[in-house]
Amino acid sequence: MTAVTAPAPAVRHRKPRPNYVLSLLAIIVSFVIFVVPFLFMIVNALKTRQDASDLQFSWPAQVRFVENFQEVITSRDYMLIIAFINSAILTVASVAILVVLSAMVAYVLQRRRSRWNPLINFLVLSGLIMPPAVVPTIWVLQGLGLFRTMPGLILVEVAFGVSFCILLFRAFISSIPRDIDEAATIDGAGSVRLFFRVIFPLLRPVAITVIVVQAVNIFNDFQHPLYFLPGEPTVQLTVYNFSSQFSSQYNLLFMDILLITIPPLIMFLIFNRQIVAGMTAGGVKG
Amino acid sequence: MATTTVNRGTTPSVATAPAPRGARMRSPYPYWFYLPTAVIYGTLFLLPTFAAFYFSLTRWSIFESKFIGFGNFISFFQEPALVKGLTNTLIYGVVTSGLKVVLGMLLAVLLTSRIVARGYLRSVVFFPVLLSGIGVGIMFQVLMNPDRGLINKSLALIGVDGPAWLTDPQLALLSVALVDVWKGVGLATLIYIAGIVSIPQEYFEAAKVDGAGPSSSFWHIILPLARPATVTVIILSLIGGLRSFDLIWATTRGGPGFSSDVIASVIYKQYQAGFYGLSTAGNVILFLLVTGIVLPLFWFLSRKEVDL
Repeated sequence: MTAVTAPAPAVRHRKPRPNYVLSLLAIIVSFVIFVVPFLFMIVNALKTRQDASDLQFSWPAQVRFVENFQEVITSRDYMLIIAFINSAILTVASVAILVVLSAMVAYVLQRRRSRWNPLINFLVLSGLIMPPAVVPTIWVLQGLGLFRTMPGLILVEVAFGVSFCILLFRAFISSIPRDIDEAATIDGAGSVRLFFRVIFPLLRPVAITVIVVQAVNIFNDFQHPLYFLPGEPTVQLTVYNFSSQFSSQYNLLFMDILLITIPPLIMFLIFNRQIVAGMTAGGVKG
Repeated sequence: MATTTVNRGTTPSVATAPAPRGARMRSPYPYWFYLPTAVIYGTLFLLPTFAAFYFSLTRWSIFESKFIGFGNFISFFQEPALVKGLTNTLIYGVVTSGLKVVLGMLLAVLLTSRIVARGYLRSVVFFPVLLSGIGVGIMFQVLMNPDRGLINKSLALIGVDGPAWLTDPQLALLSVALVDVWKGVGLATLIYIAGIVSIPQEYFEAAKVDGAGPSSSFWHIILPLARPATVTVIILSLIGGLRSFDLIWATTRGGPGFSSDVIASVIYKQYQAGFYGLSTAGNVILFLLVTGIVLPLFWFLSRKEVDL
């Protein structure tokens, strides 16, 4: 995976001209398939209720952005605001815990050879492949008094996401020379200090990838809040509930979907490269 | 990356052989770094997983459970709706991952070829990956509306009578699978792009000198050398596809009837109905299905790769 350094293919000189016909075709087709659905949603989110119920792909007769926005926000006693706060807490807390804990595991797992390693690798892989058992998890959470609580859901997200993070961190840590560890140890750093002061700051690039990918995943998660935090709204649950409540009000429904799409969109615009790096890890043999 | 992991996991003898542990008194890599993760993962993933095997054999109401042997599994396989969920899960997983492999590969070849606006195309194809399944599901529920949806209206413009998509029992599952491919093909494409870009340019040049055209360099260079990417795409989309819940729940809720139910939606429905034992039996079946398909496939595909 470390070998993702692309051998910049653009540098070669005697390159023929780009294929403009194919390019144009690709642009048009991709526009129709991937962009038009969004534009459809955007224009309909701006329409009046009646206008939107025709489901036409047309510019709204009257642009009602502010009104629709207000109505979505205020509906059900500001449910969406509460949901955004809940989702923000869930995402930030889970990701923070995930980054620290999985980096610690990946570090020891990569650095220290022991007879436990095969078992731990197996467990990490199991966490990646195996679907979690839903109702027994509820049973455990209930036993711990964590069912229907935010901390419970946060811990569940950590348990289900930790494998992926460990794999990413471990691959990166293997590229950090051990000389650094030894130098720090000789200088008298204990293991905690060595990790948190010396190694952890070096993990910044991969940590950004882990943060962004997991943040998007957890923010978009629907299934686990549905099971483990019923009653408390998170953004995905709110949209789902709105879809039955607003089944005849497509303008509000689409406005709602657009609002919950904004955080991933921002993530995408800022961290495009890190997201791609994280999600394609493993595509290249290394 | 994932490949190396499994090799280590499945061949413990290699990993255990050089074990210079205990050489020093205190390692700078303390085992207690594992502890917090082990506690969380152990209680919230491993324990429920093992408990599932027991509770799937019981009639269960969270508070008390009564052992009934394989009763839940028997009723699972006797109920046509539930068996439908099982076959649907297989169909869904195979169709989505197959389409993602083929389309992802084609798009990646296109996006690494000499065309303009590559950045735009990559972004546009990839962005749906970051959307929530619920949002995409609801959006397509509207777009796929049989009479008024944008898709069928557009098809009518070119004289095609569009199908009823999500409301046609024959087509519902495949329609959701198509939406899944729409949402996920960007990831497959990016994985393939990473794989293709890592192939040394000399291979293509040498092939060109030898008179190979674009199609033979695709079949003889890109396809075999992008094999790790193919393995990753197949495994990732199978894992995702077999567990898929969000999209199906947002678009059809398993309907019409049970025609697009998958195991994940059956688990949820049985849970809602209070049949916790049956729900957990469904979970165990899903669990065996995913492990039973993904592990051998993984082993087979990564083994082949070593032989090449």
